[in-house]
Amino acid sequence: MKVAVIDYGMGNLHSVLKSIEAVNDAGAEVVLTSDPDVVIRADKVVFPGQGAMPDCMRELNAHGLAEAVRESAAQKPFFGICVGAQLLLEHSEEGDTPGLGLFRGEVKRFARGLTDAQGERLKVPHMGWNRVFQTQAHPLFAGVDDGERFYFVHSYYFAPAEAGLSLADSEYPERFSCIIGRDNVFATQFHTEKSHRAGLQLMKNFLAWDGTV
Amino acid sequence: MALAKRIIPCLDVTAGRVVKGVNFEGLRDAGDPVDIARRYNDEGADELTFLDITASSDDRDLILHVIESVASQVFIPLTVGGGVRRVDDIRRLLNAGADKVSINTSAVTNPDLVREAADRFGSQCIVVAIDAKAVTPENDRWEVFTHGGRNRTGLDAVEWARKMQAYGAGEILLTSMDRDGTKIGFNLSLTRAVSDAVDIPVIASGGVGNLQHLVDGVQQGHADAVLAASIFHFGEYTVREAKLAMQAAGIEVRL
Repeated sequence: MKVAVIDYGMGNLHSVLKSIEAVNDAGAEVVLTSDPDVVIRADKVVFPGQGAMPDCMRELNAHGLAEAVRESAAQKPFFGICVGAQLLLEHSEEGDTPGLGLFRGEVKRFARGLTDAQGERLKVPHMGWNRVFQTQAHPLFAGVDDGERFYFVHSYYFAPAEAGLSLADSEYPERFSCIIGRDNVFATQFHTEKSHRAGLQLMKNFLAWDGTV
Repeated sequence: MALAKRIIPCLDVTAGRVVKGVNFEGLRDAGDPVDIARRYNDEGADELTFLDITASSDDRDLILHVIESVASQVFIPLTVGGGVRRVDDIRRLLNAGADKVSINTSAVTNPDLVREAADRFGSQCIVVAIDAKAVTPENDRWEVFTHGGRNRTGLDAVEWARKMQAYGAGEILLTSMDRDGTKIGFNLSLTRAVSDAVDIPVIASGGVGNLQHLVDGVQQGHADAVLAASIFHFGEYTVREAKLAMQAAGIEVRL
């Protein structure tokens, strides 16, 4: 089995790669690649992303990878992380950027001046370990507790236009979708590669996943 | 409030070893960085911060090897600071496996570095470290110091934090120079003044001697995260004990 981690210059690729290697018990071949053909031929695809969405979209296009991402997300087990997940939606408020449009909906910024129920101010970026509440059953949740904490760092969040696209929520202070997906696609706002045991468990489940739900 | 307050052990690294001093002087050896990082990770640390305190630029690359080794084994966020002068220094640290890079003296001498770095790599990975010292006996005004606390800049610490946020910093690492290594607790007035002045998260640092100090940093200092070194390095407390103490005080933590 070949797993392609897409390298378009916009991710903490070292960490993503190492986290996959840490749970690669089955001995899959894991490659970091900027080559669209390698992505298209891979059995599974991991699509990381960090930084600003306009830059990510520009770099993705500059590397000629947008079509390979769309094609992969249409047919094989596909894991998006952070901006790699946001790019799957139609549009982002960040720099008024069009996304890949695989999923209907957009990416919105957290409002300024947020407070929690106790009146405590909530900072943006939403940075740190927050709870992830599973809203649909999914094979990738095997061995992951409902309400488990994962590591987030982001100022923009998914606002999918179809309720069925959201697989899990977090709270800041309102509920927001933090995992989106359908069929063979699973995409997290949080960083699995930085979420210690729970993050590694999700990645381990992905390596074993056949892409059906 | 579901987001956990973070506990961040800090590892001062020189010549490939973790060391710890008092008031930025008198260094003691505290062990191998990879061993220490792994232990803190196992105890439930939320992040780790590495400060490269190497004086000579000849040895700068050593920190890259340390970060590479740690990042291959420890899957929590890693921040690295110390001697970051150019965009290329940041790129090399991120490529080695750092998730965030902390900029201190160079932010003062060249604020545009912060802006450039945030534009290039995203605000999420740019931390501005502020070393502040009270300049009034009433402890109600603080100035930014650089070069490990030797140089007074004349910059007001609260204003400086606001400016760095405007330049694209994603987080502030705030160290009280008066308190660092003293174990008498954070400078809570300073921490609260800075944390309340900005929208980005603030990490409190400098002065932790017991677990109540961590609680105070969050509850009175309004810190989003608390950083400590010696209480963890020398085995006085584990990270888990620190979290249990914070939880007992009503603070949300990740256990």
